[in-house]
Amino acid sequence: MIVKLKVNGEIRSADVSPETTLLKLLREHLNLTGAKLGCDVGDCGTCTVIVDGKSVNSCLMLAGRASGREVTTIEGLASSEQLHPLQETFEELGALQCGFCGPGMIISAKALLDKNPEPTVFEVRDALSGNLCRCTGYTKIIEAVLDAGRIMSTAEAKS
Amino acid sequence: MTDYMHSFDLFEPASVEEAAQLADKYGKDGWIIAGGKDSFDWFKDRHKRPQAVINIAGLKQLHGVKDNGDHVAIGAVTTLTEIEDNKLLQKNFPLLTAAAAKVASPQIRNAGTIGGNVSQDTRCSYYRDGFPCYRAGGNTCYANTPTAMNREHALYDAIRCVAVTPSDTGPALVALEAEMIISRKGKIRTVPAEKFFIGPAVDITRMTVLEKGDILTEIRIPKKWSGAKHYFEKIADRQTWDFALVSIAMVAKITGGKVSDVRVACGGVQCTPRRLTTVEDLMKGENVGAEMERLAKRVAAQGAKALNYNHFKIPLMGNLAARAVRSLT
Repeated sequence: MIVKLKVNGEIRSADVSPETTLLKLLREHLNLTGAKLGCDVGDCGTCTVIVDGKSVNSCLMLAGRASGREVTTIEGLASSEQLHPLQETFEELGALQCGFCGPGMIISAKALLDKNPEPTVFEVRDALSGNLCRCTGYTKIIEAVLDAGRIMSTAEAKS
Repeated sequence: MTDYMHSFDLFEPASVEEAAQLADKYGKDGWIIAGGKDSFDWFKDRHKRPQAVINIAGLKQLHGVKDNGDHVAIGAVTTLTEIEDNKLLQKNFPLLTAAAAKVASPQIRNAGTIGGNVSQDTRCSYYRDGFPCYRAGGNTCYANTPTAMNREHALYDAIRCVAVTPSDTGPALVALEAEMIISRKGKIRTVPAEKFFIGPAVDITRMTVLEKGDILTEIRIPKKWSGAKHYFEKIADRQTWDFALVSIAMVAKITGGKVSDVRVACGGVQCTPRRLTTVEDLMKGENVGAEMERLAKRVAAQGAKALNYNHFKIPLMGNLAARAVRSLT
């Protein structure tokens, strides 16, 4: 079946078998390997992408379900000149160690900040509750998200 | 190999009628999905391999929350996030929005549906791991042997099978006296939430009345409990993603300091959400207070039969009932 969808602002299509997950479509057909395959059952959140404004586990969604919809992956955040504020604060605060959870963490955080640029620490913890980190721990990640929120809301106020 | 599923034919019907026809045509070889959170688990573990997968998530007529005067109707493929954020439900039935907010993780709630949450299969790890147990058509229960790990399993009505209901919204819907609308080949039937869930004594291979060919289309909640006091709490090993060890859902009407009407149900203790009728009976007509709390705690887990590793659920039920009563003061 042909799946046509908008990925990071660009219309893409691929011919996939019906049982293909969105994660497999992204990684193996569109060569977007930012979203990772971790637990395969929706526990770890490292496959998280944004579909129509909502964070979802791409390992638990059929590619066909994303047809005609708008998907944002970690590859869609930075431009060649500029990192996304979340990527900057994650780097500055050392919020990643091995980095495997990073794409999912940042995407979940982006889904939150897009709606609520000034979240409380509890809202951040709640938004990241579907993402596991097994090395850094969560303190720096949460700080980085709060910082990025501050940068994003100041930038918005200026523009 | 991971992120692998067997190959299947995928159908995206344009109407409930078409979905019902497909479900009827394929019978045992068919499988209805919406969010797919439970289904893909089964498929990825290779324990279920249906030939035809019928995806009803795209059916607009099954989506959304409507105020129908004397009841609120929730389409079966409405996501748990949509339920959590819905103003009408927050105002009328905060018990349900609180329960929906406790399901799994944000990502799963963003795609998982209320219909799927109530009709998902049990999470008994032996059954899910493909052991040929009674529920899987075999002739033994692996979760109730002297060495079995069964801290997550049942305290009640464990007839051959000791699996429990994993649903968080189930106990809330039972407390709220919701009705489930089920479609089958153009025929529609209505089943009270309390009868929708079934135990092993009725059919050991199913968790709900849904049979192959049935489609849960809508959940209706009567306004009877609109504005009532509510309490929901879920206890799990982890604050997120995990299933309830025990959960409690209560709605109560208070008039002049006395409980005029109340319904309480627990999840995680039986194959179906369990009504705590003894707690309800002792509360009705009585003054809210420390005495009621003490009595509720004492009788909540009446009749419970613990397995080797789940004794802790008995005081847990008592404590949750006491906390639910305390929330009324």
